[in-house]
Amino acid sequence: MNETISEIGARIRAGDVSPVDLVQSCLTRIADRSDLNAFITVLEDSALSEAEAAAAEISRGQYRGPLHGIPISIKDLVDVAGVPTTSGSAVPPLHPTRDAPVVQRLREAGAIIIGKTNLHEFAFGTTSDESAFGPVRHPFDPSRSAGGSSGGAAVALVEGMCYGSVGTDTGGSIRIPAAACGIVGLKPAFGELPCEGVVPLSTTCDHVGPMTRSVEDARLMFQVLRGTRVNDAPVPSSLTLGIPTGYLLERLDPEIRSAFERLQAALTSRGHVIVDVTIGLARSTPDVYLHIVLPEAAAYHARILAQHADRYSPNVRNRLETGRYMLAEDYVRAMQLRERLTRDVSGTLAACDALLLPTLPIAAPRLGVQSVDVDGRPEPVRAAMLRLTQLFNLTGHPSISLPAGVTTSGLPIGAQLVGPAGDTDRLLAIAAALEPQITAGPGSVGGGTG
Amino acid sequence: MTVHDWLKSAIEDAERRDLPALKPLLEAIAKSTEALRKAADAR
Repeated sequence: MNETISEIGARIRAGDVSPVDLVQSCLTRIADRSDLNAFITVLEDSALSEAEAAAAEISRGQYRGPLHGIPISIKDLVDVAGVPTTSGSAVPPLHPTRDAPVVQRLREAGAIIIGKTNLHEFAFGTTSDESAFGPVRHPFDPSRSAGGSSGGAAVALVEGMCYGSVGTDTGGSIRIPAAACGIVGLKPAFGELPCEGVVPLSTTCDHVGPMTRSVEDARLMFQVLRGTRVNDAPVPSSLTLGIPTGYLLERLDPEIRSAFERLQAALTSRGHVIVDVTIGLARSTPDVYLHIVLPEAAAYHARILAQHADRYSPNVRNRLETGRYMLAEDYVRAMQLRERLTRDVSGTLAACDALLLPTLPIAAPRLGVQSVDVDGRPEPVRAAMLRLTQLFNLTGHPSISLPAGVTTSGLPIGAQLVGPAGDTDRLLAIAAALEPQITAGPGSVGGGTG
Repeated sequence: MTVHDWLKSAIEDAERRDLPALKPLLEAIAKSTEALRKAADAR
């Protein structure tokens, strides 16, 4: 049930598994775990029709590639023709007549669209508990958040409801739920995948990307979503990994810190080189992010707020309303500081192959809480969950979250790799090389840290 | 516009629009704006 795309794809190609059986299995899982609220719309009839068509094509020898016959879910912020795009909101949905380009590319590759996943309303949150379709619940502890905003996408993968998911990431919304639920989430370089047909949150920070069960699956999906082959140039056996000291790592839950330190030791023991790096302006990241994302979100939502303000969740509405008060001069200041942050991050990457840091400073929080304890001090949940990811939405550097073991309570931990500007292919190659060591984190099935 | 003046004006407008819940959010943004301007001025 939880095979990877590359594993099940090989079996489909060999004729050992039928896409129809796969879709039926996913539909059964969706029905069995409907309590988790992972899906908003399940496309049962069309998915079965698409699976029958894929099975017929494959049996005729017309195999399209690794995604042919594979059930994929789409975050309900992304247009699928003929299906309402709700954005997880009670605001009247969009009724797209065309697929978003990323969905169109999946269809051309033979993928089957199984349904549209739940999310934090309008992708404006990190916990997926503010949705008109109910809170997305964590698969290992339903009293906890699955992370967000692409929470339903992550749960769908963990629970065998699909084999790959399309998510979006404006401050960490792919990587955060990937880390919280123990899967792989890729935020490509900014602009690499088209955001056309995707409801915007912040047009200069929005990214689309794949969520999968392995780095290889992320590569396969990314290749299709981008429409061009990934350059598989080999990486050196000894990689230099930069650890950003200061702001980014100074407040971590002790269990996350301990796991991260063990991961560094394990990587060193395998011949990789760990170096400390400094991102000079990193402490300004939340201020820069706030002064860009709030006004950009308000610009899109102004017209909807004028007509349907009472249909938003109160917290989402209030955040959007504050964006309408931001001054243009402060937006410009933030954009100027953003350029410096981008140069700073690129500067650190000149001295190493990738940055390595946790994805989240905490494990999945309980649903509905506004504040969490991080290393002995209370902090707003949203601020804590965004702290290690949002910087790379501002700078546009590609980044990926990999599962890196679990806490003593059995909750997943994520490790994040950040690659050179504009070079998602290189990041994927590095992530693939490190995946066996990273996923063998504490408490993982692989066990140990060696 | 100073951050102080901006905050005063924004809170007044939010109250006029019957959105009192915005006040703590706007106060938090004002602190962030102070920090943003300080970082920008330090260049």
